[in-house]
Amino acid sequence: MSRSALRNTPSSYGWISIVFHWLMALAVFGLFGLGLYMVELTYYDAWYRGSLDLHKSAGIMLACAWLLRVLWKFVNPQPQALGNKAWERKAAHLAHGLLYLLMLALFISGYLISTADGRAIEVFGWFELPATLTLANQEDVAGVIHWGLAWTLMATVALHAVAAIKHHWLDKDKTLVRMLKPGA
Amino acid sequence: MKKLMLAAGLSAALLMPSLSQAATYQIDTQGAHAFIQFKIQHLGYSWLLGRFNTFDGQFEYDAKAPEKSAIEVTIETASLDSNHAERDKHLKGSDFLNVSKFPQSTFKSTGFKSTGAGEGILSGDFTLHGVTKAISFPVTMIGEGKDPWGGYRAGFEGKTTLKLSDYGIDYNLGPASTTVEIGLFIEGVRQ
Repeated sequence: MSRSALRNTPSSYGWISIVFHWLMALAVFGLFGLGLYMVELTYYDAWYRGSLDLHKSAGIMLACAWLLRVLWKFVNPQPQALGNKAWERKAAHLAHGLLYLLMLALFISGYLISTADGRAIEVFGWFELPATLTLANQEDVAGVIHWGLAWTLMATVALHAVAAIKHHWLDKDKTLVRMLKPGA
Repeated sequence: MKKLMLAAGLSAALLMPSLSQAATYQIDTQGAHAFIQFKIQHLGYSWLLGRFNTFDGQFEYDAKAPEKSAIEVTIETASLDSNHAERDKHLKGSDFLNVSKFPQSTFKSTGFKSTGAGEGILSGDFTLHGVTKAISFPVTMIGEGKDPWGGYRAGFEGKTTLKLSDYGIDYNLGPASTTVEIGLFIEGVRQ
């Protein structure tokens, strides 16, 4: 692997962007599934507590990855969008921005649920993220928002995936392939 | 001087009838000299304590006519506080109190039976989780008298144990945790 394959070019994604993309995609799906599953567990399920601890810890790690990815995005060239039509390129740009924003809002709302009483969030026992805001009924409001955002993110992810497949099969361009390996 | 004495006598006479009937007390939630707490077993190994931070109410009380005592309390169920946000969220959700559907819990007394000086059995209708049941429980007077700021106060305590399933709450918390003890500690300011 050449050093240049790590960074983006004006036409292709480098390995760092590609790994960020797929690892974060995996984490997003995992956290969504875990979130839906854990709230259905009952008090006497062995994983009643562990599932929530994992969801919180993994969520904070994903937030760290999100931050690094955004930083990486800013110090790298952005590969040119491949759509033929201007509106298509604009829609793709908007959807990508929305994915980032929804993830950020999910991190914040999730954090506000667990820290609403002033408790810190313990991340895999490695470190603690302290509480900041502690408003009345914060856990309820943040909870409703977190749930709504999660479904909105999933809907946007579905749109994103459908668009990628459309580019691959209908437009027969490199949109999907270039997210699999650099210089494709 | 004569005039003043007359005025004093007249006001005393006017005050007389009001002394023979129960006085109304506003529960001092503003100064937070009133608490509604709950206590439930955790796994059968220890107690979990919590409280409702927002409620309101008043009571009627006269030491000379205790049978006229009456009380009305309205609890905002969303103010539940067990000092743990994640647990509070769960307790306020549909598995337990379902506070968005049942935002208030109320107690309206229907009778009071004196069992001795400063104590008795209070009966009334208690509504929780949309279910209303007639309950009775013992209450005790803690004390009454003037406060240092020009008011008059009286305080009581009472507690009762409720079966959660009676109020349509059937989430499995284990065999030791099917009942919850509610404790009422109230101070009222005479109006």
